[in-house]
Amino acid sequence: MTLGAEHLRLAYERAEVVSDLTVAIPPGRITAIIGANACGKSTLLRGLARLLKPRGGTVLLDGESLQRLSTREVATRLSILPQSPVAPEGITVADLVARGRYPHQPLFGRRTEADEAAIADAMAATGTLELAARPADELSGGQRQRVWIAMALAQDTPIMLLDEPTTFLDLAHQVEVLDLLADLNRRDGRTIVLVLHDLNQACRYSHHLIAMRAGRIVAEGEPAGLVTEELVREVFDLPCRVVPDPVSGTPMVIPIGRHLDVGSGSAVAAPNHHRDQEAP
Amino acid sequence: MPAIDVAPAAAGDSREARRAVTRALAARRARALRAAAGLAVTALLAACVSVSVGDYPIPLADVVPALLGLGDEATTIVARELRLPRVLGGLLVGGALGLSGAIYQAVARNPLASPDILGVLQGGSVAAVFGITVLSASAALVSVSAFAGALAMTIAVYLLAYRQGVSSYRFVLVGIGLAAIGTALVNWLLTRADIFSAAAATVWLTGSLSAIGWESVIPTAVAFAGLTAVALVLMRRLRALQLGDDTAKGLGVEVERSRLALLLVGVAAAGAAAAAAGPIMFVAFMAPPIARRLTGAPLALVPAALAGALLVVASDLVARTLFPSTEIPVGVVTGIVGAPYLLWLLARANRIGRGG
Repeated sequence: MTLGAEHLRLAYERAEVVSDLTVAIPPGRITAIIGANACGKSTLLRGLARLLKPRGGTVLLDGESLQRLSTREVATRLSILPQSPVAPEGITVADLVARGRYPHQPLFGRRTEADEAAIADAMAATGTLELAARPADELSGGQRQRVWIAMALAQDTPIMLLDEPTTFLDLAHQVEVLDLLADLNRRDGRTIVLVLHDLNQACRYSHHLIAMRAGRIVAEGEPAGLVTEELVREVFDLPCRVVPDPVSGTPMVIPIGRHLDVGSGSAVAAPNHHRDQEAP
Repeated sequence: MPAIDVAPAAAGDSREARRAVTRALAARRARALRAAAGLAVTALLAACVSVSVGDYPIPLADVVPALLGLGDEATTIVARELRLPRVLGGLLVGGALGLSGAIYQAVARNPLASPDILGVLQGGSVAAVFGITVLSASAALVSVSAFAGALAMTIAVYLLAYRQGVSSYRFVLVGIGLAAIGTALVNWLLTRADIFSAAAATVWLTGSLSAIGWESVIPTAVAFAGLTAVALVLMRRLRALQLGDDTAKGLGVEVERSRLALLLVGVAAAGAAAAAAGPIMFVAFMAPPIARRLTGAPLALVPAALAGALLVVASDLVARTLFPSTEIPVGVVTGIVGAPYLLWLLARANRIGRGG
């Protein structure tokens, strides 16, 4: 299962957000798309998931143009968890996850054994089984996000796309969701593409990083070696230090900001060090 | 690092997991079935009571034999020819309104959305009042124009709200706006009409079952059966659509096409109801939340239809028996019950800061 794009152009109404973008998502790996707000990272994800029709170029799924496949056919190979899915009032967790089976079910006919097995697997993998009978609107943010991932998982596709799955979660729940995605990738070799805001999490959890700016890919590759102070400055306009993550050894980005420059004798050694470097 | 990080679930665990899921889903289904059965029985009971009461009372126990033609001749004629069409018409009109409201609220993802608020019934009213006051049209033609007006108004709402697809929010706002224009047009037509046709139009506008005979029960029944069947086919798509446009698209639903098809079913159901009984307000609006509350499910098309049937038949029973000498139109009763619910919903939406 391969996913990629050639000379892709994506636009909302008049504004072109992604221009002439070519990319190949490495199969069986976790790919994180990073970049500043409005750089086109969510737009690219939506384009890859056929939520947005290309203005030009093509998205290729297994070498075939997405537009030539029926949307239902695509849904059996690729799932997308959008930024703000809607949980209808009163829906139970089991019912919500079961709706992920839509592309596998015929027009008529009841849920099959295979459907229920996929729903149970998805809920077991995300630790949501004990929530099965609970209404989704009573869950905590972290629980709810796990339930949505379970729904996408029940869709049972080799490729999963997630648009900022950690937004609105506290730090512990962010890590919980990312650990879950890493597990899913390791367990079944699923290809996972996600848009992330946190650079350090992107470095730690992805095998492949795509850095975007103004609708183009600035750099892509393995996070180690790719994420440098220069790259962060280019992508985010942010002076920073990059040090090895003390836990994982992956690059860790420490922003500098302005306020430390004016402060008196900061206890932090790094800014001084930085000023030495920056001095003309 | 190990290739498998997740503890591989033992076969027993996964069987247990599947049983837990099956149980949770089956419990849901059982509750929905119980709620539907309860609503159906209550609606039938109300229908029987409605057949039994009137100037010529029929004891409740004799209603079913009378309907089957086993009673004496007078009772059979009163039951079958006078009261049954009205009661059946009430069940069908209520069912169609409940179905329509459930579809509208699910498509718009908003409990305020319903054909009586988003201009469908107002569109039907403009066309019907035009037929009554300007063309002096026959009852059949008024019915047809009510249906056509409802359809035309919905198409107008859809087209005005369309911008690379139709967002729920814009659809609701445009619908409310056009509904207001429709009401204004009706008032304008009424002020221009002579007193007799204005009176006739006002009776039609309140929504009443008193004029329903077999000639309108049969087409309403056919329409209701057909539309319910189509709605059930589209129900799985509607369930996906409830999760948001992007999620639905990701699940493989053709969002815009499905939404249009569902709206057409919804407007046809409301239009059929208006054609038979005039615009009975607030039934399409109230029946779906009643059904959702009773079933505990976020989408309940058949229970909503049953709740609508019960609402109309029970309201008509009240309308017929509240004052001994005269009957009031059923639309007055549903309005008295429905308006406070709308206010409560608006107040609640204001308080918790969302569209319902």
